[in-house]
Amino acid sequence: MDIPVRERIRRPIGTGLAVLLCLPVLAGLAGTVLPAFGYLPALGGAQFTPGHFEALAAQPHIQRSAFVSLAAGLTSTFIALVVVAIFVAGYAGTRPFAFIQHLLSPLLAVPHAASAFAIAFLIAPSGFLVRLVSPELTGFLRPPDWLIPNDPLGLSMVAGLAAKEMPFLLLVMLAALPQLPLANSRRLMSALGYGRVTGFAIAMWPALYRQIRLPVLAVLVYSTSVVDVAMILGPQLPPTLPVRIAAWLADDDVGARFLASAGAVVQLALGLVAIGFWIGIERIGRLCHRRLCSSGRRLAADRLLRRTAASITAVSAALIFTGLALLALWSIAGLWPFPDRLPTSLTIAAWGRALAGLVDPLAATIAIALLSSLAALAIAILLLSLGGHGKADRWLPVFLPLLVPEIAFVFGLQVLATGVGFSPSIATVAAMHLVFVLPYVLLSLGPPWRALDRRYEQIASGLGKSSLRTLMTIRLPMLLRACLTALAVGFAVSVSLYLPTVVIGAGRVTTITTEAVALSSGGDRRIIGVYALVQALLPFSGFLVASLVPQLLFRQRRAMRI
Amino acid sequence: MQTPGKTKPLTLCDVTIAIDGRMLLCVSATVMPGDVLTVMGPSGSGKSTLLAYIGGFLEPEFSAKGAVRLGEEELIGLPPQRRHAGILFQDPLLFPHLSVGGNIVFAIPETIRGRDARRRLAEDALDEVGLGGFFDRDPETLSGGQEARVALQRVLLSQPRLLLLDEPFSKLDMALRQQTRELIFAKARIAGLPTILVTHDRADAEAAGGQLIHIGAETQS
Repeated sequence: MDIPVRERIRRPIGTGLAVLLCLPVLAGLAGTVLPAFGYLPALGGAQFTPGHFEALAAQPHIQRSAFVSLAAGLTSTFIALVVVAIFVAGYAGTRPFAFIQHLLSPLLAVPHAASAFAIAFLIAPSGFLVRLVSPELTGFLRPPDWLIPNDPLGLSMVAGLAAKEMPFLLLVMLAALPQLPLANSRRLMSALGYGRVTGFAIAMWPALYRQIRLPVLAVLVYSTSVVDVAMILGPQLPPTLPVRIAAWLADDDVGARFLASAGAVVQLALGLVAIGFWIGIERIGRLCHRRLCSSGRRLAADRLLRRTAASITAVSAALIFTGLALLALWSIAGLWPFPDRLPTSLTIAAWGRALAGLVDPLAATIAIALLSSLAALAIAILLLSLGGHGKADRWLPVFLPLLVPEIAFVFGLQVLATGVGFSPSIATVAAMHLVFVLPYVLLSLGPPWRALDRRYEQIASGLGKSSLRTLMTIRLPMLLRACLTALAVGFAVSVSLYLPTVVIGAGRVTTITTEAVALSSGGDRRIIGVYALVQALLPFSGFLVASLVPQLLFRQRRAMRI
Repeated sequence: MQTPGKTKPLTLCDVTIAIDGRMLLCVSATVMPGDVLTVMGPSGSGKSTLLAYIGGFLEPEFSAKGAVRLGEEELIGLPPQRRHAGILFQDPLLFPHLSVGGNIVFAIPETIRGRDARRRLAEDALDEVGLGGFFDRDPETLSGGQEARVALQRVLLSQPRLLLLDEPFSKLDMALRQQTRELIFAKARIAGLPTILVTHDRADAEAAGGQLIHIGAETQS
């Protein structure tokens, strides 16, 4: 009984490995939760006390900070999901969709910080949009005194997050889509007289949503606990909870450190509350879906709906595109007084100034991203071949870093890392990144991996090929696109990581991202332009490679080109 | 291609397959080289699972026992690639990243060396089923019947020790089904392969002409 026995051994190994991989999160959580309750011997905290939570509660407007974080996370995730879902429902499988998909794919993983800067440069009172209509329509000769971005309700942050998450959600839907019988169900549903959106909603949505649920929850938790975007676009008085926690952590005062830990625990709870709300939304959605299915309503005239969703998708992408172009323009702008639409002169002075400082962080960023994403891809392939056909639930431990706000465990981890004597280096930062990169890589690779018809491998082994040979010659080539996409996703995730880099790098390892966010308070738009542009271009190149290579390699294989 | 003398009879000895403690089937039979054993049963009766057990890719939720012997050799302890059971499914499942010829070259045993020799072998095999000149074609551009023939040649050129047919005709239309069926049975006979066919189509069983075993509940509807 060779095979069943092997199978029986492989699965526990896979599960064990998965559990092992989530240990950093658990250790980090312990390193956060213990100080929150007063236990941190290194700083003289030897007794458990609820005092730090009381101190936290006494912070001015702390409830407002928490509430804005929660509301912004839920709203932005909901908007992004609905818009992208309707867009996919209305257009997936059509020629314009393929066009937009290729247009968007380089944008899919523009780092959060870069896209936040892009949007800030657009919508600020002295930003491009106001300049566009000034002074002719507005009469402004000086930038108006508006609280944008950084409005107290967090609306600019919601817009920024939604615009940024749309490409990501589109990516995960696109990754899940090839496993569903899209063309057939489209034909069937339109033959039955259903509109494109309704037909898709009825025939495809439940299966599609099941596959993308985890990424959606990850987006939700991320949006609720984001630091860098909130620093750039979010409210200032008070800032959102995660920003305040980050500030306390940067504070040298011992009390602030305990306060931060207590805040991180609250942030953890906030993440859970957000997920709870989301599950409620899912329930309501399921009810609506059931009613839609049984009502028989065809809703064939859905052109307006489709167009709207497509427009929002396109406009939000255009916003980021334009914003990025603005970043580029600012980076070479000479004098650019308000309300001029274009700079009066161009100069590469900013690049000249930035270049010397740019090289090291750039090299570090690329090294860390390559190390962590390649390691993550290898581990993901190992995990999946050890038992990738089971339910995705078994991998839940690996996904923990996505469902736990990073601020809630990264600092605890740093305490531990320093405790065991790790000094900040490219390798330690890459190892930290791996914790975040792996779940995204696994998320990206998992659905296509599981969806590949197992009979291909059964045929290959029936042809006398070993399982390793089958993996190398059948499965991996058939999944080449999925592997490269996963790699590009991992690369992009690593490039965009802010908080873990700052904390583990401890100022000794700096990346483009930490430098860019550090510059955001300085307000030198030209230098910010340089850094944000470079930060945005890195994942760009990764996705470009991921989409071009399979096209090139499989240009004569129709079935391999999705 | 296989020489008939080298093949051995396939013996199933009290092969039982169960899921959740519920027994699905119990089969004993001997299939001589070149003969076809047809196992008929409705869907869900476990007939595909029987093939998975013999081929070596049983899903872990099933439990199975019983001996499967090729000549004197016990197969069940072997990993699937050493059992070497050529299998044809309902779908031809040509590897989409390889050319038509690449699919067949992949199947040719490593003992046959030399790029040109392997390619020639594959080209001849394509020729034999009326697909001469198809070597460099994209499998995606083939018709259903053409795909089925490539899949058949792919399996035969791998020099399998037995042949497992999992309703390989059910997706073909009537005329094509007849043709393909005859081709496969003829080839299996020439290669002297003990063959097991599972199907729910009585016509398949009649065409196979060998022993017939019914499993599961009587066919409804």
